[in-house]
Amino acid sequence: MLGEGIIQGLVETARNFFGSYVEKDRLTTVQYPEERLPLPEASRVFPFLLYDGSDAEKGLRCVACQICEKECPPRCIHIEKSKDKKPDFAGKAQFYPAVFDIDVAVCMSCQICVEVCPFDAIRMDKQFELSTTDRFGGLLWTKDQLAKPNDYYRKIHPTEAAETDERRAKELADAQAKAAAAAAAAAAKAAQPAEAASGNGVSAAVKAPAKVEPQ
Amino acid sequence: MVGGTAADQVFVNLDHWIVGHTPGSLQALVSIVIAVGAIIVVFAGLFALTTVFERKGLGRMQNRYGPNRVGPFGVLQPMADAVKSLTKEDLVPRAADHVVHYLAPLVLVGIVFLTYAVLPVGRNMTAVNLDAGVLFFFAVGAGTELAIFMAGWSSHNKYSLLGAMRAIAQMISYEIPLILSSVPVIMTAGTLSTVAIVEQQARYSSTLAHWYVFTPWGLAGFMLFMVAATAETNRSPFDLPEGESEIIAGYFIEYSGFKFALFFLAEYLEMFAVSGLGITLFLGGWSAPFSFLTWIPSWIWFFGKLLALIFAFIWVRGTVPRLRMDQLMNFAWKFMLPMTLVVILSAGIWHFLTIDVVGPKPLGAVIRWLVCALVIVAPFIALARGLERGRRIEKRTYRFAE
Repeated sequence: MLGEGIIQGLVETARNFFGSYVEKDRLTTVQYPEERLPLPEASRVFPFLLYDGSDAEKGLRCVACQICEKECPPRCIHIEKSKDKKPDFAGKAQFYPAVFDIDVAVCMSCQICVEVCPFDAIRMDKQFELSTTDRFGGLLWTKDQLAKPNDYYRKIHPTEAAETDERRAKELADAQAKAAAAAAAAAAKAAQPAEAASGNGVSAAVKAPAKVEPQ
Repeated sequence: MVGGTAADQVFVNLDHWIVGHTPGSLQALVSIVIAVGAIIVVFAGLFALTTVFERKGLGRMQNRYGPNRVGPFGVLQPMADAVKSLTKEDLVPRAADHVVHYLAPLVLVGIVFLTYAVLPVGRNMTAVNLDAGVLFFFAVGAGTELAIFMAGWSSHNKYSLLGAMRAIAQMISYEIPLILSSVPVIMTAGTLSTVAIVEQQARYSSTLAHWYVFTPWGLAGFMLFMVAATAETNRSPFDLPEGESEIIAGYFIEYSGFKFALFFLAEYLEMFAVSGLGITLFLGGWSAPFSFLTWIPSWIWFFGKLLALIFAFIWVRGTVPRLRMDQLMNFAWKFMLPMTLVVILSAGIWHFLTIDVVGPKPLGAVIRWLVCALVIVAPFIALARGLERGRRIEKRTYRFAE
């Protein structure tokens, strides 16, 4: 019969109309600024710099090798290497970035900088609410703004962070073992030619790690 | 004319008071300004309310919230929309006919406001009581086609022109069932005056009012009238002239800023006007359905009915998908036109089946009702069957694919 389908449709829309006031399940909209869905762990936007410990200046993992700067497809990273060196987590003397800027207006969140970093110094963030009233200064992030502690990384990406921590612990143990072995070898070497002269071995062992070639 | 209660006549008395306090030479002018100003303010305000309620209602029909950010529950959304449309740049295409392009929205809004002149929105609340009120309404209402074609032609854009041609083809086709479905009311009432038509329906036998929608031909006529009105005002499912998927926005594609808002306003005002006429002709205008409800002011009845019809329009919009052009034309000429003629026939039979023919009440009234209903339902079923036959859905066979 003509019009039957229209009546069925009208009944359906009426059910939706009144049902949406009664059953809350019908309304699937998440009212975003007030309500939020938890982000999936794998979500990622814009890189940040990791530092160990509590001091961002001292614990920054970045050694200013500039690989990420060269690999970045939209070229949004700008690094200026420092003149002097400072010890890294394993006690090795390294350069550090005097300037490390990321222009997030240019960044496309491709994660290539993270893939290429050999020092686990740069990671992807989850912070996506980045609107600012200053489109030039506000979207150019400096080293101070980018640096975030390792605890933060553990919080936003627990699985990845655990993996990185494990690897770095192993690297640290290896470096220490290597240093210890080198120190032992140096001590043995020092002990051999001058067996009579005692007490020199200790100072040689302390100096030894500084001679290890940077990676 | 029967005077109502104080609450019923509050606006009429206010009008008289203001006019009474102006000097004699200005009285006619002040009276006109009050009537026109009241129509513009009330219906433009209703437009603002309707836009937000339509968006919220459609949202709820699709299990969404709808706008709820501006003000409490989003009720101030029309203000945000107004600010937006006022501050937008007014672009006019270089190739456009500037004068006609500029005039089209103004002509459209002006014409639509003219149709309100004959609508009785309450007891003694009609701007102009014309003897040929219904005729005036349709004659002026047909002018919207001119404005739409002005817009479509002057924009110098192929989508505008296609939209305007669609709109005109549709509006002329549906004008005929729209007018024919109001003919039985004019036949029965014996007058073209909207005020007199409402007064005829405001009589009560026992408790029930003499609304024409309570008769079989009135019910069918009301449905046909509302379908034709939906097409006439270019509302969904008959909104082909602005089918986004085909011709973007139709005849107002080259309009931006406040001119676009004027088209939008005119479209809604047209909807209110034609709903108001439907209320006047079939739903008893400002009268109450039962005699014990007459204490409620007449203007509340009119606007209550108007809001109910607006909700019906929104409901249909949220339900029915857009028609195709050939379906639209088939529906107008093969279904609407014959059915309106059948309704006129039924109204004629109703007129002649008096107590002398069918016998006294209540049995006579029932027989009269059933006979007139049968005169409408039988052709409806035959017509529906006939139209269904040609378009049975068969399994499509592919000649080249597969």
